[in-house]
Amino acid sequence: MRLTEGAPGARILAFGGYQPAQVVTNHDLAATMETSDEWIKSRVGISSRRIAAPDETVADMATAAGGKALAASGLAPVDIDLVIVATCTPEVQIPNTAATVAQRLGIGAPGAYDLNAACAGFCYALANANDAIRAGTARNVLVIGAEKLSHWVDWTDRSTAIIFADGAGAAVVGPVTEPDELPGIGPVVWGSAGHMADKIFIADRNSFIFQEGQAVFRWATTALHPVALEACKEAGVDPADLAAFVPHQANLRIVEAIARKIGAPQAIVADDIVNAGNTSSASIPLALSRMLERGEIGSGAHVLILGFGAGICYAGQVITVP
Amino acid sequence: MSMTEQEILAGLGEIIDEVAGVPADQVTPDKTFVDDLDIDSLSMVEIAVAAQDKFGVEIPDDQLKDLKTVQDVIDYVRRAAVSA
Repeated sequence: MRLTEGAPGARILAFGGYQPAQVVTNHDLAATMETSDEWIKSRVGISSRRIAAPDETVADMATAAGGKALAASGLAPVDIDLVIVATCTPEVQIPNTAATVAQRLGIGAPGAYDLNAACAGFCYALANANDAIRAGTARNVLVIGAEKLSHWVDWTDRSTAIIFADGAGAAVVGPVTEPDELPGIGPVVWGSAGHMADKIFIADRNSFIFQEGQAVFRWATTALHPVALEACKEAGVDPADLAAFVPHQANLRIVEAIARKIGAPQAIVADDIVNAGNTSSASIPLALSRMLERGEIGSGAHVLILGFGAGICYAGQVITVP
Repeated sequence: MSMTEQEILAGLGEIIDEVAGVPADQVTPDKTFVDDLDIDSLSMVEIAVAAQDKFGVEIPDDQLKDLKTVQDVIDYVRRAAVSA
């Protein structure tokens, strides 16, 4: 039997992000529930978030973000041979989101699948893309994180309504082609903690998202920095040399607590949650696309990404930004 | 080796200064976390985690809500340290 011949490494060619038009501020929420701008900012660090229109779907947002990343990559749709959509909020079980997104973007007949690792989804999908390119089962991969959490939020429950939001982020991943070119995606460090499955869940299709905030906070602020440090070690990158740390935008206090424990003095710490809310699998590529747009991170810089959430699932890797 | 109340109080003062930015000299046994020191539930989790590192005493989330004053934490740490 013959085997595929892979690339020596993979790299991210471009990012793209999409946020729905409707802005919901803390003041808007305070008008309908017992909360305040000050309370929300101090607890989770969010000022405003974006909410999808009632008829706007996960596939719509994924297509918008994917289209931007594809355009910025310089590749043609035909060059993509695998599409992975990380999402935990698809409207339907079948068909999957990825095939629809691929068709809308004019990507011929790629491999296409959805992946559910909740808020860690983008990092899982990026690891899959990296492995597929290195194994030779795909050449160029479109990786998307897209979520419509607003559909699953009880808008009278202040413990979740203030946190979750909608959006999408995408990355185009391709092979390292030049002999002297370094790979741009480091080894993934991933894992799960199934004994904490009951800390974040949606019980069934008629239920709202539930989160045991304190338990998740305690876990995130104590269990994750070793994962982040291990990802740096595996990639051979000293945390002191990181240009940015872009963890899942779960809660600004979790983000800051992990950042303190990693000890990366040069790294810009992503705070996209302030105006995006918690968009689960979309939060990392969305934050990165905006940091790159604003010129906060230079091309070729090392960035540590770290996803974590329901499952519990987590994953982190060092990447080189395009 | 058991810790004295003074040692625990001093350790707690350092933790609360670091976690919540409340100067250690304001951390006295009679103070309540929520009303006097303006410390919220998430900061209490951070304090519990730091206390575990410092004193070797685990304070689970379900116990945390009963610890309303600095003295409550001192008592909890002393009791747990004795039974450990």
